[in-house]
Parts: sequence; structure tokens; C-alpha cells
Amino acid sequence: MRLKTILITFFISSFFGLNSFCENPSSNLEKDGDIRERYKKFKNHHLMDNHMFVLTHDIAFPLPVILYTDGELDVFMSSNLYDNHHKPVVFEINGRAYKVDGHEHIKEVGSNLSLIDFSITKNVVFILICFVLMILMFVKMARSYKHNSLPKGIGRLIEPIIIYIRDDIARPNIGEKKYKRYMSFLLTIFFFIWIVNLFGMTPLGSNVTNNIAVTASLAVLTYLITTFTANKNYWGHIFWMPGVPTPMKIILAPIELLGTIIKPFSLMIRLYANMTAGHVVLMSILGLIFIFQNWLGGTLSFGLAFALSLLELLVCALQAYIFTMLSALYFGGAVEEHH
Amino acid sequence: MEKLINDFSVGLFFWQTVLFVILVFVLRKYAWKPILSAVEEREEGIKNSLEAAEHAKAEMEKLNADNERVLAEARVERDALLKEAREIKESIVNEAKDLANSEADKILASAKEQIANEKMKAITELKNTVATLSIDIAEKVLKSELSDKTKQNKLVASVLKESQLN
Repeated sequence: MRLKTILITFFISSFFGLNSFCENPSSNLEKDGDIRERYKKFKNHHLMDNHMFVLTHDIAFPLPVILYTDGELDVFMSSNLYDNHHKPVVFEINGRAYKVDGHEHIKEVGSNLSLIDFSITKNVVFILICFVLMILMFVKMARSYKHNSLPKGIGRLIEPIIIYIRDDIARPNIGEKKYKRYMSFLLTIFFFIWIVNLFGMTPLGSNVTNNIAVTASLAVLTYLITTFTANKNYWGHIFWMPGVPTPMKIILAPIELLGTIIKPFSLMIRLYANMTAGHVVLMSILGLIFIFQNWLGGTLSFGLAFALSLLELLVCALQAYIFTMLSALYFGGAVEEHH
Repeated sequence: MEKLINDFSVGLFFWQTVLFVILVFVLRKYAWKPILSAVEEREEGIKNSLEAAEHAKAEMEKLNADNERVLAEARVERDALLKEAREIKESIVNEAKDLANSEADKILASAKEQIANEKMKAITELKNTVATLSIDIAEKVLKSELSDKTKQNKLVASVLKESQLN
């Protein structure tokens, strides 16, 4: 019953989502070029992080803005930065004036001070939702084991995945002896990426993994764990590769050292690029509806978008799997015993 | 690349890192550890149960084999007992037969001896009687011979007649 409600909510909100783009009675007679421009703007806007939690054109929730300017914190609600038509306006607080630029970045406009933006943006909200959801879901699942050795409810779906991550990702890549200490990270990162990716497939406008900052954060964590749990053998292979002549060792050392950074870098780019590409393609195909503006084009692009959505659902899980798998592989390399 | 760097939001990075690290630690304590240990426990339980079942099966097979062995032993013992009993029976029968035979032989022998004795006695008596008769005849013959020839012949004839009557 609850699931049905959620599905219906998604469906309705998706309806509104596209509505927010096309409902503008005065612009019905605009030329194709304008529509293209407007759709492009809409699409880019959708892919960007936002200081407002926009559900439709009319329904938007303000989010807290936290700015660290010149050694001081400025905290206010994001509704202050926009007027009633969602156009940016200048807002002054503590003698500093802020305005949102075209990339949804907040700038200090008074005296051009540099600032660091710690705002709770739309994506942070989705990270928080995922955070709460995961804790509720998995803690509840863990509790169900107290009374019964078999999983109940959602655990029936999750347990095989957990066992899969343990037996087919962690164990073969890290090794029987040391895989246990990485399990928490691998499981958390897999489910986190998967869930935020799935959120991205809903019409709520979430695109957490479309942000390089998010994927960078995950990649940095993988890098830090790899680096701090690495054993002597790992560093030996980086700085003084055994089994090759000395000149080669000298040449290999910087390459290997660079490799340790390239590995997490590739993790970051892969996840970001895959998810962003999926969203861009999906949004572009949906946009064809507004460019064709006839029933044939509309049907075609709907069918294509539907097929692509199914593919994207697969990609959501696949990217989570790949990130987890490669992280496990790097951890495995770091703790590999001398052979 | 410039777009990527431009899009990089320090705030998002900060929140993502903080929330994710908290998430890892919270889930590790309250979810992954209990879940993984429960799963491991269950797997261990299944493994142990399977092993126990295997063990019980082996035990059963051993017991069955034991039963078979005991049965076979019992059968052999029974056969031996039967054989022994048969032998005893035969020996008893044989003994009895022998005893009976020897007894019969003894009786027969004694009967034969008695018969022989009686016979000897009878023969002796007969001999004696014959001898007495012969002497008597001879006496009478001699007596009549001595008196009259015809008489003597008559006598002999009469005596003979008499002896024939005997």
C-alpha cells in the first residue's frame, strides 16, 4: 500500500516536472529555436545543483544557505535569493550582498569577497534522505535477525546482494584473511551509490552522482583507505619494483606513484560521466517531444526514453557494482601478501 | 575539464564526505556487523547441520553394517549349534544302537550257549539212554541166544519192536 502511494507520488510529480517546462501560455507560439534554447536551459538547469528544492514551477522549498565568507559564517534561507518568479535577486546579510549566478553558484556581489559555500543544496538534501533511508532500512534489517535467522521483508532482497558483495567482490579481490575490515565500506558505498542513482531516475530532480564533488569524495575515501591500510609489500611495489633492473626501478617509481592517484581519479570520472551521460541523453530524448511537437515524434521519443530508462536502471546498479568492485580491487592490491 | 573544476562544489564535497563517513560508521556498528555475523552464524549452522547429518548417516551405515555383522555371526552360531545338536543326537543314537547291539549280542550269545549246553546235555542223556538200551538189548539177546535160537531171534525182533515203539 505504502509502495503504491510512493509510485503514484512519483508519477504525479513527474507529470508536474515536465509541466513546469511547458506551461507558459504566453509562449505557446514561440518559434522552434526558442523552444530548443529553452529546453536546453531547462535540461542544464535540471542537471545542476540547486539552492531551492524545486518540485514544480510553483512548488519549491527553500533550503538553508551556509556561507563561509572572510572568516565569518552567513546563514539564511535560500528563498531570500529568489523573487516570486524564481529569478535571482541580491540579498544582503551582515553587510555582505549575495546573488546567485547563472550556474547556481552564490557570489558575493558587494566587494567580490571569496566565499566557500556549505549550503544544504538540493543534492545535500538527497544525500541526507539516502543517509536516513539507509540507516532505517539496514538497522531495521539487522534487528530482524535477532528473532529469526532468516531475513524478513526488504532483507530478502538485500541479503543476497550483501552475500554477493562479500563472496564475489570482497573475498576474491581482497583475500580471505583481510576482507572483513573493508566490508562496511564496500557495502555502504555500493548501496549508497545504487540508492542515489535510483533517486536520480525518479522525477524528483535528484542528480547526486552527477556532481563531480560527490564522486570525488567517494573516490578520495577509497584512495585514503587504500593508502592507509597498505602494507609494506604495496609500497615496495610502488617505490622499488622488485624483479626489474635498477634503472627501470627509478623510471617505474613515479609512474607507479602516479598510478595510485589515477586509479581513484578514474573511479571519480567513471561514475560521474556515466550518470551524467545517462541523464543528458534521457533528457535530450524527452526534449524531442517538444521539438517534434507531433504525435509521431512524441510517441517515438517516449518509447525511446522508456527503453533508455530501463537501460539506465541497469546502469544505476552497474555503476555501483563497478565502483565497489574496483575499490575492492585496489584494497586487495594494498594488502596483498608477498608472493 | 574547466567546467568540471568550475562545477566542483566544496560544500557538496564537504557534506558528502561527512555524511558518508558517518554513514559508514553508523551502519558498521548497527547494521553490517549484526547482519554479517547473523549471516555467518546461519551459514555456520547450515554447514554444521550438514556435517552432523553426514555424520549421522555414516553412523547409521556403521550401525547397519554392525547389525549385518551381528546377524551373520548369529546365523553362523545358530548353524554351529544346530550342527552340534545334530552331531550329539547322532552320537546318542549311535551309542544307543551300539549298546542295544552289544546287549542283543550278549543275549544271543548266552542263549546260544544255553542252547548248546542243553543240546550237550540232551545228547549226553541220549547217549546214556542209547548205551543203556544197547546194553539191555545185548543182555536180553545174549540171554535168549543162550536159551533158544528161535527164541533168541524172536527176542531180538521183539526188542527191536519195543525199541521202535520207544
